[in-house]
Amino acid sequence: MSLRIVVCVKYVPDATGDRRFADDNTTDRDSVDGLLSELDEYGVEQALRIAEASGDAEVTVLTVGPDDAKDALRKALSMGADKAVHVNDDDIHGTDVIGTSAILAKAIEQTGFDLVVCGMASTDGTMGVVPALLAERLRVPQVTLLSEVSVENGTVKGRRDGDTATELLEASLPAVVSVTDQSGEARYPSFKGIMAAKKKPVQSLDLDDLRIEADEVGLGGSWTAVDSVAARPARTAGTIVKDEGEGGKQLAAFLAEQKFI
Amino acid sequence: MGEVLVLVDHVDGAVRKPTLELLTLARRIGEPSAVVLGAGSAVADIAAKLGEYGAAKVYAADAAEFSDYLVVPKVDALEQIAKAGTPAAVLVTSSGEGKEIAARLALRLGSGVITDAVDVNAGEAGPVATQSAFAASFTTTSRVSRGVPVITVKPNATGPEAAPAAGAVETVAVTFSAAAGGTKVTSRTARVSTGRPELTEAAIVVSGGRGVGAAEGFGVVEELADSLGAAVGASRAAVDAGWYPHSNQVGQTGKQVSPQLYIANGISGAIQHRAGMQTSKTIVAVNKDAEAPIFELADFGVVGDLFSVLPQLTAEVKSRKG
Ligand SMILES: Cc1cc2nc3c(=O)[nH]c(=O)nc-3n(C[C@H](O)[C@H](O)[C@H](O)COP(=O)(O)OP(=O)(O)OC[C@H]3O[C@@H](n4cnc5c(N)ncnc54)[C@H](O)[C@@H]3O)c2cc1C
Ligand SMILES: Nc1ncnc2c1ncn2[C@@H]1O[C@H](COP(=O)(O)O)[C@@H](O)[C@H]1O
Repeated sequence: MSLRIVVCVKYVPDATGDRRFADDNTTDRDSVDGLLSELDEYGVEQALRIAEASGDAEVTVLTVGPDDAKDALRKALSMGADKAVHVNDDDIHGTDVIGTSAILAKAIEQTGFDLVVCGMASTDGTMGVVPALLAERLRVPQVTLLSEVSVENGTVKGRRDGDTATELLEASLPAVVSVTDQSGEARYPSFKGIMAAKKKPVQSLDLDDLRIEADEVGLGGSWTAVDSVAARPARTAGTIVKDEGEGGKQLAAFLAEQKFI
Repeated sequence: MGEVLVLVDHVDGAVRKPTLELLTLARRIGEPSAVVLGAGSAVADIAAKLGEYGAAKVYAADAAEFSDYLVVPKVDALEQIAKAGTPAAVLVTSSGEGKEIAARLALRLGSGVITDAVDVNAGEAGPVATQSAFAASFTTTSRVSRGVPVITVKPNATGPEAAPAAGAVETVAVTFSAAAGGTKVTSRTARVSTGRPELTEAAIVVSGGRGVGAAEGFGVVEELADSLGAAVGASRAAVDAGWYPHSNQVGQTGKQVSPQLYIANGISGAIQHRAGMQTSKTIVAVNKDAEAPIFELADFGVVGDLFSVLPQLTAEVKSRKG
């Protein structure tokens, strides 16, 4: 039976744009263009490599997000994924990470999976906890934050470069993995890939389809609350000097004045 | 005031500094109890240190599972300890592993989770966490609105303050869940110490970027760092080029640092780099391009070649320090 891989990809505001919050303290998704989170491209890439190595695999990309999140799915499909699932429902707006993981887990179960692949973190929320939460919810091992990953004979192996040590990990499928930006550059969609993506199936699901009640998600269903957001005051303009041969000394004088030396 | 559980981060039998910071924060919102997992015979020494910094109680559990398997055994232990009492909050260090433990624990406790706090204070409706968002261009305050607040806190959120307490050890026998053995750690290689301070804990960080030009170029960066007793950081461009290890990368996908002083050399200041250093107290930049965006953040900047500025600075630091 073929290996069923589900890749979770998030549609995020472009980090190089002027990202901000909306009036209800949620991420403003209108003021800045969105895209497939760059860190999730690494997830798509590793899923495709695992699929290629297995010879018999099907790669489904999954996103929970607004209408425009289709763009993220299209990009992943044009990189080579086989099909896509888009969970979209007005009631999802404002859902926190616990709720998002509940929706993703239901959608993954409904799709069917042997391997779930995630990015290391979303570039907007940057929590890096959805993969662990999915493992908890799906009751399968988590093999996360991997800089190298491989799947062979029903076993996933990987290298995790942690804070104080490098660990080699191993678990049996089914499992959830997440991969870092050290795992290998993501491929660019080819022209052929972009054309082919237009014909690939995108399934749309709402909360009813997943049997999730509206009050379990959204701002109201969140287990955390953001009380205030404030733009960080712009750093006051500092002193910039041009090095005319004394730059190092001028810098030393500044550090001495600030009591660093 | 309620009990605040603090998960202890320890390495080679020693408590890491961020844990002492957590104990300091925990005292603001309740009475700290430390949780030490898998420390073997080092427990007594560790507990003494934790007591010095305010831990009234130290829950200690030891089992091979904590080092043989990933994340879940620690979640099992914390869940068991949390459910045996009525903690007011759980604090964990914001490392990759710490965040994963915190999230799974929160889900099991039916609680909300907040990650990457840069400050924690008491509030009317429970602990209030301060976070930075969007590469530190925003500051937010949040709280957990359901269950026991589980919060992960970044290093350097506060200075560790000694506050002698009993540090009484209570041994806990953990019953592991079926999931505990799911992910086997087949080998572990400790990172070799460079003798320099930990990047995330250091008071001063000196970083090099693509402008350093080559692996050998990092020599001038390291010499400056050593003269200041600083940690060495690198931009992703320098890491990707193979000039410096990934464990020293500063930024969105590397370490997020918040030192008293950050010195960026030959780094342009891309948003993903800023995400890892923008909350530094004082920022200094050396770059030969006057238009480099890093200067927008700098309290002091030198437009010039780092290969002439840094050696002069290092010599000056050394002579001033005598
Ligand atoms: C998803 C994602 C995640 C990322 N994560 C990170 C991250 O964690 N950390 C990170 O750093 N980047 C990250 N990046 C990359 C980031 O976008 C930039 O590409 C990177 O930070 C650039 O590094 P740099 O400033 O060293 O190089 P450049 O942008 O090439 O800048 C080099 C600078 O050196 C100066 N220079 C050259 N020679 C000299 C000299 N002799 N003396 C003085 N100055 C000199 C130049 O004027 C220039 O300003 C990420 C990117 C993406 C897409
Ligand atoms: N809304 C979402 N839709 C699909 N995948 C997601 C979503 N949010 C998070 N993920 C996945 O979980 C990973 C970690 O996200 P986070 O915990 O939010 O930092 C991401 O890299 C994605 O793979």
